[in-house]
Amino acid sequence: MAAVLNDSPTDEVAQDRSIHAKRQQLARTLSQFLPASAVLTVAEDLLPYECDGLSVYRQLPMLAALPSTTAEVESVMRAANAQNVKVVARGSGTGLSGGATPLADGLLLSLAKFSQIVRVDPLARTALVQPGVRNQKISEEVAHLALYYAPDPSSQIACSIGGNVAENSGGVHCLKYGLTVHNILKLNIVTADGVSATIGSDALDSPGYDLLALMTGSEGMLGITTEVTVKLTPKPQLARVVMASFADVEKAGEAVAAVIGAGIVPAGLEMMDRLAIHAVEDFVRAGYDMDAAAILLCESDGTPEEVEEEIAKMESVMKAAGATACRVSRDETERMKFWSGRKAAFPAVGRISPDYYCIDGSIPRGALAHVLRRTDELSIKYGLRCANVFHAGDGNLHPLILFDANKPGELEKTEAFSAELLELCIEVGGTITGEHGVGIEKINQMCSQFHDAEREAFFDVKRAFDPKMLLNPGKAIPSLHRCAEYGRMRVSGGVMPHADIPRF
Amino acid sequence: MDAFIRSVQERILAAHSSKSPVVIHGGNTKSFYGAKSTGEAIDVRGYAGVIDYQPRELVLTVRAGTPLAEIESLMDQEGQILPFEPPHFSAGATIGGTVATGLSGPRRAYAGAVRDFVLGTRIINGKGEDLRFGGRVIKNVAGYDVSRLMVGALGTLGVLLDLSFKVLPKPASEVTLRFEMDESSAIRRLNEWAGQPLPLSASWWLDGVAMVRLSGTNAGVAAAKQKLGGEQVSHTEAAEVWRSVRDHQHPFFQTAEQTSTPLWRLSVPATTSMLALGSKQLHEWGGALRWLAADVDADALRAKIAAVGGHATLMYKRGSMARAFHPLEGKLAELNRNLKVAFDPANVLNRGRLDNVLI
Repeated sequence: MAAVLNDSPTDEVAQDRSIHAKRQQLARTLSQFLPASAVLTVAEDLLPYECDGLSVYRQLPMLAALPSTTAEVESVMRAANAQNVKVVARGSGTGLSGGATPLADGLLLSLAKFSQIVRVDPLARTALVQPGVRNQKISEEVAHLALYYAPDPSSQIACSIGGNVAENSGGVHCLKYGLTVHNILKLNIVTADGVSATIGSDALDSPGYDLLALMTGSEGMLGITTEVTVKLTPKPQLARVVMASFADVEKAGEAVAAVIGAGIVPAGLEMMDRLAIHAVEDFVRAGYDMDAAAILLCESDGTPEEVEEEIAKMESVMKAAGATACRVSRDETERMKFWSGRKAAFPAVGRISPDYYCIDGSIPRGALAHVLRRTDELSIKYGLRCANVFHAGDGNLHPLILFDANKPGELEKTEAFSAELLELCIEVGGTITGEHGVGIEKINQMCSQFHDAEREAFFDVKRAFDPKMLLNPGKAIPSLHRCAEYGRMRVSGGVMPHADIPRF
Repeated sequence: MDAFIRSVQERILAAHSSKSPVVIHGGNTKSFYGAKSTGEAIDVRGYAGVIDYQPRELVLTVRAGTPLAEIESLMDQEGQILPFEPPHFSAGATIGGTVATGLSGPRRAYAGAVRDFVLGTRIINGKGEDLRFGGRVIKNVAGYDVSRLMVGALGTLGVLLDLSFKVLPKPASEVTLRFEMDESSAIRRLNEWAGQPLPLSASWWLDGVAMVRLSGTNAGVAAAKQKLGGEQVSHTEAAEVWRSVRDHQHPFFQTAEQTSTPLWRLSVPATTSMLALGSKQLHEWGGALRWLAADVDADALRAKIAAVGGHATLMYKRGSMARAFHPLEGKLAELNRNLKVAFDPANVLNRGRLDNVLI
């Protein structure tokens, strides 16, 4: 979908000329310190960068740079700053909210070459890694030390740790082990003017404001991360999972509350509804109960003694909460099999529908039954199927709306469905995004979640780091103007007017 | 409560336009912490009470002026805890002061700090604006994480109003073990243990004695106890020891107070080897926090601590003329200053209290 609205053909030509000139100028500067292969200017080379994991939005960047050292990133940023060129940083491009969607008049800064694990300190349980390192590679690299990196987003085989920092990524184990913000100690960032700063430290706290928290989840708008020191967690000796079936979704929701109410903090607690179960079972044969309206996967980890005690407690809570069946993984193979379905939920849904759209709202768990009921109603209203996959333990919903982008109007209906669901999340005291970020995808709903002065405060924070507003502008925080437009659009209720106009 | 908020807004607006500072306080139990700040007092204790507590959600929302003791007692009834074991120091501590100082207790190294459990805040910034960030859900990445930014900011970015936390169930079982070991062994062994799947929840060391606390399931704690050995400390003694370390009532801290010796808080990488600083140190957090009671040259001490990757805070000045907080340099100093200006352009909120953020 094109991101730029052109006013007239003449303007378009003038704009193209100006972009061409800017591209040539910056490429010349970058070539003074980057090898020719690290400065990309032609469309066919730029094509791989035209979108991230939210592929409905596509845009070729003006040019791309692939530096390989912090010093090079500093030089790139100084050059872009001097020429007032906007910069969008990118890791593996697996983000789901369009945070790395390029700008037509911007530089795409790929950190793919920052792929080294620099140092592992087993005694201190830390690893110094470059931002392009894949999340899962860290755990693989330290497995022989019986340590691992705890946050495990579903895309962990592909997503980069730098992107995890930008999005504050979670995963299925974050109720117990925390999000990215809880598992990193120190960053090196390069600010918009090309200067490095150390954020955080190898100690447990640092002087001054908590910039480490502020950087985490800032969607590449405050600085470019070029080094990350992560905490490593002792690998639990054992993990087992209880798989419980329920005859209705609300009962499953009550069981989730009952587990937490019993004083248990499960290592993972996931819910899937019937549509998701069926899609998954046809795909990976995880042994899921096809008769269940919902299943819960509830994991315990720790020493064998801890796990035995906790699993027994989980089972009895599930049964008391009305589980129609309960199975406990007998060994690691069976545990992995139970999880394989949940991990494959997105691709499995991809098999039963030409397209799907993933939502990331987060709600107080108590509102679950209400939100699921409303989701069903919206599904009927828009005539689109919706599979529910849910990080039940921490209230993070992932409804997957099934649609066909080739059918006229379906994408727009999907967007309207999604917008209504996100508004609902705000209404019940939740948030529009639990872990995928705002990016360009949910930027309109930021207008509902925050009022003008709050959004202005976000801009003040941005200006504190990036006074010229060159880093990933237009993402995450909507302008007053944009919110005024969105307010007018929402008045008509449900389906947006002029659905044929490209917008993001 | 709305009247309280309106009156604070009005006072801050007035302060903002006249550029005259205000001093925000709760129970004044941590007023020693940071540089002295003067101005018209805003007492947040008038803004107290639990707004929402749903034990089954693991989420607590309270007003900043609520006494910490009241919150802990309420949570105790539900079998839950504030996981960062906040210090009180003395009676009257508020949850607002806990967040503003960002100080965490013995569990910090193993469970996380105040900042790790803050989910949302409502503040009044230096322009008198009523702002909410974060929320009441455990996962939330909408907008910058301004809530956590408030933690440890000592009220220099905003008056804290409503605070939401993630809370946790109280562990079923807790055991404290005592070991005799020298300083180097303590640093090594506590770090080794932290690298194993053991239910550690606290540790400290002084004068050849280390104590560790195990918290978790009955079976897990029993197994870990078996594995680690050591001598089990009675529950009464254990509770007293951890409280005395947390609240600086332990003889180590009391002696420093009685002799009016400055107290330094040294936050260093946990594996940092013994620091030869002329006086003995009390360790917490598996070696990541070391307390030093000594009248030393601040610049020399800070240089030494910075060289090992840490920072030194002058916790109790007691006559020392040094700055409370470790100086910031270069880009970091600039970013901190810019943030202060962003939230409080007239520099009226607790002016100068964070004495390493220079306007």
